[in-house]
Amino acid sequence: MNSSLILNISRFIMLVLAQVIIFNNVNFYGYINPYIYILFIAFFPVRDNRLTLIFVSFLIGLTIDMFLDSGGMHAAASVFIAYMRPLLLRWSFGTLYEHQTIRFTTIDFGPKISYLILLTFAHHLVLFTLEFFSISKTILILQKTLFCGIFTVILSIILSIIFSRKTK
Amino acid sequence: MQQIINFIIRNKNFLLFLLLFLLALVFTIQSHSYHKSKFVNSANFVSGGVYNSVNNISEYLHLKSQNQLLTEENNRLRNLLFNSNVNADSTFIDTTKFGLAYKFYSASIIKNSYTTKDNILLINKGEKDSIKQDYGVISSKGVIGIIDKTSNRFATVISILNTTNKISAQLKKSNHFGTLTWNGQNPATVQLIDIPVNAKVTVGDTIITSGRSSIFPKNIGIGVVKDFEKDVAENFYEINISLFNDMTNLEHVYIIENVHKQEINNLLDE
Repeated sequence: MNSSLILNISRFIMLVLAQVIIFNNVNFYGYINPYIYILFIAFFPVRDNRLTLIFVSFLIGLTIDMFLDSGGMHAAASVFIAYMRPLLLRWSFGTLYEHQTIRFTTIDFGPKISYLILLTFAHHLVLFTLEFFSISKTILILQKTLFCGIFTVILSIILSIIFSRKTK
Repeated sequence: MQQIINFIIRNKNFLLFLLLFLLALVFTIQSHSYHKSKFVNSANFVSGGVYNSVNNISEYLHLKSQNQLLTEENNRLRNLLFNSNVNADSTFIDTTKFGLAYKFYSASIIKNSYTTKDNILLINKGEKDSIKQDYGVISSKGVIGIIDKTSNRFATVISILNTTNKISAQLKKSNHFGTLTWNGQNPATVQLIDIPVNAKVTVGDTIITSGRSSIFPKNIGIGVVKDFEKDVAENFYEINISLFNDMTNLEHVYIIENVHKQEINNLLDE
């Protein structure tokens, strides 16, 4: 319990710093940035309390908002996927999740990708809807969700492969 | 009562989600309106400190282009100085030069942003350096934005690349003035609206600040006319302006304080 707490706190700080220092300055094609801090919510231990997850997701979103001066849109998107996570887990892992035996270090590659894709696009859709905040810009919202989403998914997979080797 | 408590315990996940989501929504809606009080902004010692130490390293990457910009500005100012007819030898003191209307402070941008719809920058000067809300921010080439939130050592700047921003601007060759806005798309182009159609606009005209607000003095450059068309009612022009500033590469800026601002605002309020 104690080591998992330290692991999660250091993960929180590392992901926030990586996001605001590196990944927010990518500006690929002028406006495409990956939002990799959602890996914290994606790989938060399943057996821990759901209330903790929702609250900590709000905190990480608000921290990102503070750095990016974006009001509360990252916090809203993070809380949304934190609440949706059990549903997305069930869709991607099926019975494995139902029996509560799931551990992120030992799961298969296929379901993991579909889980990350679902989580990323849910997050980005809420995020960019709140950023543009207008129905007339739906096409722009979907376009940005798609492009940034692809970028985030690819980077998340790469990062999760790099860092899962260590824990084995 | 028992049932209410049971209901809360049963739905505690959903209720916490709803509470935090609504709180985040309130913050978001506040951030979409101009100058509303924001609880979370980057002008605090945590994010300001992080950006400041990162900027200490990354400013070396832009050293060459920033030096180029500063040399250009020095060159322009030297031209002005040596070609003006002020006799530097005389001891004549012009008392009308006392009590200047504008004070300038220098600062560095430590966080730049141009990819979102409402861009906010962060500078390394704050209340300690007597920077306050609604001071203007310019670079050597033109307008950058307006100071929003300040902390002890840092201040946020509402960039001209922000859809809530409205700055009074005019044509240099005539006094027709309008409002500078941004449509949130291209960081090199901003829009000037409300210019009456009887103004003669041609492509390549210079746009400057109008000095009609108490924030910017007159004659600060903004950009040149790229293209223009009439709006739906055909009463006003909508002009696309390409900016003098490269908003993606900013480092050294100047903050303008209007010394007579209080007096002007008191007059306007009466």
